Amino acid sequence: MNGELKVSKIRNGTVIDHITAGMAPAVLRILGIEQGCSDTVIVAMNVRSQRLGLKDMVKVENRALEAETVKKIAIVAPHATVNIIKDFAVVQKIPVELPQELIGIVRCSNRNCVTNSSERVTSYFVVESRDPLQLRCHYCETLVEGAAASVLL
Amino acid sequence: MPNPRILSYNSISGVQIVQRPKLEWRGRDIISIRDLSREQIEDILYHAQQIRPDPQLLQGRVMASLFFEPSTRTQLSFATAMQRLGGRVIGFSGTEGTSIAKGESLQDTVRTVEKYADVIVIRHPLEGSARLVADTVVIPVINAGDGANQHPTQTLMDLFTIKKFHNRLDDLKIGLVGDLKYGRTVHSLAIALTRFRKIELRLISPPNLRLPASILQELSGIVSYTETDQLDLRDLDVVYVTRIQKERFPDIEEYEKVKGAYVITPKVCEMLKPTAILLHPLPRVDEIAPEVDLLPQAKYFDQVQNGVPVRMALLKLLLLGS
Repeated sequence: MNGELKVSKIRNGTVIDHITAGMAPAVLRILGIEQGCSDTVIVAMNVRSQRLGLKDMVKVENRALEAETVKKIAIVAPHATVNIIKDFAVVQKIPVELPQELIGIVRCSNRNCVTNSSERVTSYFVVESRDPLQLRCHYCETLVEGAAASVLL
Repeated sequence: MPNPRILSYNSISGVQIVQRPKLEWRGRDIISIRDLSREQIEDILYHAQQIRPDPQLLQGRVMASLFFEPSTRTQLSFATAMQRLGGRVIGFSGTEGTSIAKGESLQDTVRTVEKYADVIVIRHPLEGSARLVADTVVIPVINAGDGANQHPTQTLMDLFTIKKFHNRLDDLKIGLVGDLKYGRTVHSLAIALTRFRKIELRLISPPNLRLPASILQELSGIVSYTETDQLDLRDLDVVYVTRIQKERFPDIEEYEKVKGAYVITPKVCEMLKPTAILLHPLPRVDEIAPEVDLLPQAKYFDQVQNGVPVRMALLKLLLLGS
């Protein structure tokens, strides 16, 4: 062993790299594969990273991510990169980027918020700060911080 | 927005007559104090100071007063404000007997009301409901309290009262006393004060009822503040008292212990400056002794009276413009 990362390559699919250490399970939930899936999924946690110290990584075969999914990943892993793989080669690197507004992405943590009632209304957050992550609910003005942001699945 | 332009001088008083820049108010919503700049707040207060009863001004206009929760002062003062300007009021207080009781959604209710009225005033127990209504209808919406979130017209009348007695909203020492954790009036007032200069806040509360960290963060770097559990009112220009609610304490003994520490009595008022003003959003229970009402610093009934001109000004601005 020379200390290098030994994780199998995938032929086609998506590699989500530089996930904040410990957040791989959250990314799997966002990808909807916590219940199991038929394609190969490789998860690495607490891997050494020059940039982050420690990082997590998720590889999913035969899966392309939708824009909404990338926004959700940005909330739990703001430094992640999404690599599109074709024939074992990285054909595209997409840094995840948090948009200024998150519509239908995050659930408001305020139980008395109108978005958590029976009204037909989509959650709507404005990003007030990216680092540390702070989101303000457009409706009830509750400030949701970092890990407290509950991503809608 | 340019600074107000000096038009001329009154030759008798020597007072400068200043042309105020006209802000666009017609059709706007008043949902949160966070939406308002210093210039907008000052413009509302200016119009509130100028406005007089005028039965012609809003003649033929209809205000829908949708109070999903009971209210005394807010509902009556909005109705008074509309009627003093010649407008009419429709609406309800409590949902009994309405379609809401049958399960109609808030959005469907206000879409219907919009067909009958020119402006909606809403109080609703859910936080964010007023913003949802404003996003749903085209006519102007005024938030008269959405759960524990915002009550912007209360804050505007608080500022109007401070301006009236101190003739300024900058360079003030302001004490917020009591339940600073759950009281929405102190949250809104604290946020509004970030729009002004040289404000010193003294946050006086039991340790478990301090101003939330998220509000302190909004003050940080803009308003200087100190936190204390001592009822020290010396040197303050404004003392804003709120009620400590029994239900906020898991242990009744803890409540009894702190309750008495924040009661404003004539003895406590001996430490007030003669020019200080004592405010309270009302209703009070026992946090200000009735004998204090007779002191020159007691201005909470002036404060409640100021709700009418502030709301008259808002109704005029939103329906007719500047």
